Amino acid sequence: MKELFIILFSAILVDNFVLSKFLGICSFLGVSKNLKTAMGMSGAVILVMLASTALTWPIQIFLLNPMHLAFLQTLVFILVIAALVQMIEMVMKKTMPPLYNALGIYLPLITTNCAVLGVTILNITKSYSFLDAMINALGGGLGYMLSLFLFSGVRSKVDKADVPAALKGLPITLIAASLVAVSFFGFKGLVENLFS
Amino acid sequence: MNDNAVDKTYVAPDERLVEQKKKDSLLHILMAGILFENPAFLLVLGTCPLLAITISAKDALFMGFAVIFVQVGSELFISILRKAIPDKVRIPAFITVIAGFVTIVQMLVSAYFPALNDTLGIYIPLIVVNCIVLARAEAFASKKPVLASVVDGLGMGAGFTVALVLMGSIREILGNGTFFGMHLPLFGTVIEPMMFFILPPGGFFVYGLCICFTQMVVRWYQKKSGKPVSNAPVVGHCDTCGTCAGCDVSEGNKV
Repeated sequence: MKELFIILFSAILVDNFVLSKFLGICSFLGVSKNLKTAMGMSGAVILVMLASTALTWPIQIFLLNPMHLAFLQTLVFILVIAALVQMIEMVMKKTMPPLYNALGIYLPLITTNCAVLGVTILNITKSYSFLDAMINALGGGLGYMLSLFLFSGVRSKVDKADVPAALKGLPITLIAASLVAVSFFGFKGLVENLFS
Repeated sequence: MNDNAVDKTYVAPDERLVEQKKKDSLLHILMAGILFENPAFLLVLGTCPLLAITISAKDALFMGFAVIFVQVGSELFISILRKAIPDKVRIPAFITVIAGFVTIVQMLVSAYFPALNDTLGIYIPLIVVNCIVLARAEAFASKKPVLASVVDGLGMGAGFTVALVLMGSIREILGNGTFFGMHLPLFGTVIEPMMFFILPPGGFFVYGLCICFTQMVVRWYQKKSGKPVSNAPVVGHCDTCGTCAGCDVSEGNKV
């Protein structure tokens, strides 16, 4: 039980997917402009991370490893994720229209979100058990949500600030992201001390 | 024809042909990738490896080689297959081709450079979802002839490598006091290494400044040569999102 908490909180705070592993930066910069889209995107990312981990972990352990096809990991995972995202979108559209309206438009973007492929590959390279892998995916998704939530708040201030012309737009946003990342260093060592 | 003649933007067919030819020339395509459309600093694509593995210049250089290989290989293949791939399934088809080349790189690296495999780790498989490769496959290789596509792949890959090595050098020199593992005079002794630059926040910081300076240089050059001034990418706009392909948001509901 303790280990699961350590995995969960490490993924959210210490090894935050966006701010310390640099996964999903494109969407982090892209959708953090307003809080509503940021939350919609994060919701979709959490959903897809959990679903794709639930699917890719068994594929790797029960299919690729016994058949000595582990080298096909990248190819298989990206295709599984792409197909899965497409399927979730279709099912959601048919059965849960309100949820589709909230999250649906972000789903096609997620196939090329490196955080999703990243979490599925990391689960294998760290040789997690299935439960560990699911918790890691949940933590990764929640960490993505947390960093987007914090950063969209920072963005709303930065966009109004009067900065030198050359820094306007992307450069000042990246520097702001750098400062948010510094704040996450406060969590270093927190998780190990909290649960031991 | 006569209607066009009144129009002020009218360009004589000959001139237009010359202009188009100039644009299609291989050198122009190559230079566009390296400088004027630098994928990292001007198109702002492929940010993940750019921030994650630029801790040392050497790792950055090797990552650049990997990206060049995948970029050239997949653009070559997609350009050859561009008439055979149906329009509706082009994105999955492109991803499959790219994933194939990434797997080749992965196997080569783990066979010949096991140490490198540990440091680059997860970022090698993640070249699959690197927006540069997919974006150029979609925007260039699926429409242009084979040779031009290969040159575009070379230019884009080289431009990305230049960006990687530049950022890797800045971060390694300031953060560790070394350059390609060699100790430099002054740095590390007189000038204390600043940990900040090799930590994740330093990556964002250096990247921000690099984009800022590149944009200043390109704008200055364009002003001098009298060519139109390009606009800085607006963050939060679809152009910079980088989740380029298979995106419905870009169709109607722009974010």
